[in-house]
Amino acid sequence: MTLGRAAAVLVVAVLLAAPFLPLGVTREYTIHVLVQIFIWSFIGGAWSIMGRFGLTSLGHGAFLGIGAYTTTLLWNFFGLTPWLGALVAVTLTALFAVVVAYPCSRFQVVGHYFGLVTLAVGEVIRLLIVAERDWTGGSLGLTVKPAAGDSILAIQFADKRVFYYGALVLWLAGLYIWWRVDRSMARAAMEAIGEDETAAASVGIHVSRFKIGITVLSAVLTAIGGVAYAQYISYVNPDTLAGIGVSLRIVFAVVLGGMYSLLGPTVGTALTIALAEYLRILFGLKFIGMAETIYGFLLIVFIIFLPAGIYGSVSQLFRRRPAPMPTHARTPA
Amino acid sequence: MIDPLFLAEAAINGLLLGGVLALLALGLNLIFGVIDIVWIAYVDLVMICMYAVYFIVQVYGYPIWLGGLASVALGALLGIGVHLLIISPILTSAPVNQLLATGGLLFFLQSFATFLWTTDHRSVRLDLPRLEILDMPISVARLIAFVLAVLVMLGLYLFLTRTYIGTAIRAVSQDREAMSLMGANPQRVYLVTSAVGGAMAGIAAALLIIQYAVHPFFGAAFGPITFMICVLGGLGNMVGAFVASFVMSEVIAISGVIWSTEMGYVIAFVVFIVMIFARPGGLLARRS
Repeated sequence: MTLGRAAAVLVVAVLLAAPFLPLGVTREYTIHVLVQIFIWSFIGGAWSIMGRFGLTSLGHGAFLGIGAYTTTLLWNFFGLTPWLGALVAVTLTALFAVVVAYPCSRFQVVGHYFGLVTLAVGEVIRLLIVAERDWTGGSLGLTVKPAAGDSILAIQFADKRVFYYGALVLWLAGLYIWWRVDRSMARAAMEAIGEDETAAASVGIHVSRFKIGITVLSAVLTAIGGVAYAQYISYVNPDTLAGIGVSLRIVFAVVLGGMYSLLGPTVGTALTIALAEYLRILFGLKFIGMAETIYGFLLIVFIIFLPAGIYGSVSQLFRRRPAPMPTHARTPA
Repeated sequence: MIDPLFLAEAAINGLLLGGVLALLALGLNLIFGVIDIVWIAYVDLVMICMYAVYFIVQVYGYPIWLGGLASVALGALLGIGVHLLIISPILTSAPVNQLLATGGLLFFLQSFATFLWTTDHRSVRLDLPRLEILDMPISVARLIAFVLAVLVMLGLYLFLTRTYIGTAIRAVSQDREAMSLMGANPQRVYLVTSAVGGAMAGIAAALLIIQYAVHPFFGAAFGPITFMICVLGGLGNMVGAFVASFVMSEVIAISGVIWSTEMGYVIAFVVFIVMIFARPGGLLARRS
């Protein structure tokens, strides 16, 4: 444990110093990639908070989109600072999550049904953004109105390093929340619910309350991630922040890393972003669609051959006691 | 106020669209009912078949019926391929992995289509007579698609109830374990189901290409509504999916005329959520 703690301190120290390392011309780019990894790892972690209990949402793009668009629209049209905008966004997302989670939980929409319902949710938010094109710019997206110079109030900075530290803090906060949930009563309750809802209810677990609660927590964190990403990129687009594409990307990153471990989502996100960046640079503007084709192909291959995820598979090798696996884990066919 | 004539026209268009949507929902439902896996990329298979019809008919100039037959054959082959290459290795994996694997196929097909055929919209032009009923223009292509879709569904019904393999398919969807205890081979049933489901995607493709232009993101346009229909009807419930298709297509068509196409989908979703509240087990489920 002490070894693990020392390693963690070392990693955080390196990450804190990273923006000042002499990386030459690639420094800006490295920082840019790292910021993206932190933000999307945070979002992936938020997804896995509910995903690990069998609440397989394929529509987290909806929460991402609500978060990003609420703050951006409030800032652009009413000049409301994104700090307060984020508060509004979180409230809206929480309400929306309850509206979706309540019927799903009340009527035991689980497994594939839950996946399909949430997938439709994500797509509908994307269509709503496209339909309200008078404010949202439709599928062309919307640029966050620039403030005069650096501004804490507007969360806009010319220096990427500010975003780097912000994203780092966000990521660490996400890990802390994940860890707290992992250590809480909610985890035991949710695992019981995931195994058998009726049995869980019979021993006095309030099934709906836990399910809705965990969904709202996951949705709210995802919305915060959406706000952070929108502020960093200072541009919002329905295709990158809502809909099937981004929703599946989040899930893929988490499952690739391993959703039952603290660092699984981070490992998966880092790998998928590195892969996407590599393919993007490799193909550039030639062969449009080729990078995505390879991405989709690798996705299928990984799912078939690494069902527990990379981090999950590796940590199982090192751990003595068996890792917490889902009940329907892979058995020889 | 909107002219009632427009609304009536929208209602008829909704009805005609419902036939093809029902075909999609039934194909997806058939596969789910038997194999217990949702093919997220189902409508993307339809998209590939639509391109096949487009090239056969519009580019190479063969008659449309030949394009349709080729599309059905291609659909069946794709169905078999998807089952053998992707589904059968993950039959016992966690649901999230199963959903993701077919989600990966969605990415793959969408972007490969973009790579091969760019994002241009392509359509098949047919010379069809005009038809007007009570001053309302009726699209003959849609009418033909509707009639054929209903005939195909009738055929599917007969196949499932009157043939030996159809009975086996229904048996597996009712109780998989019992079926293998009886000495039947579920793998063969899975393969036949995937082929039939794929062939239905092929038929739907041939019926859709005469009404809509095809582009790589066609699946994203029709996929979510197909999933909503399946859930609303009760996954695996054929009759429910059939009824739900017409409910959803009417909602989309009518609110599409009143507001906009995108809003039509949003309102369909609101209706969907409300219906889930009212009838959680699907439209036709009996209250226990």
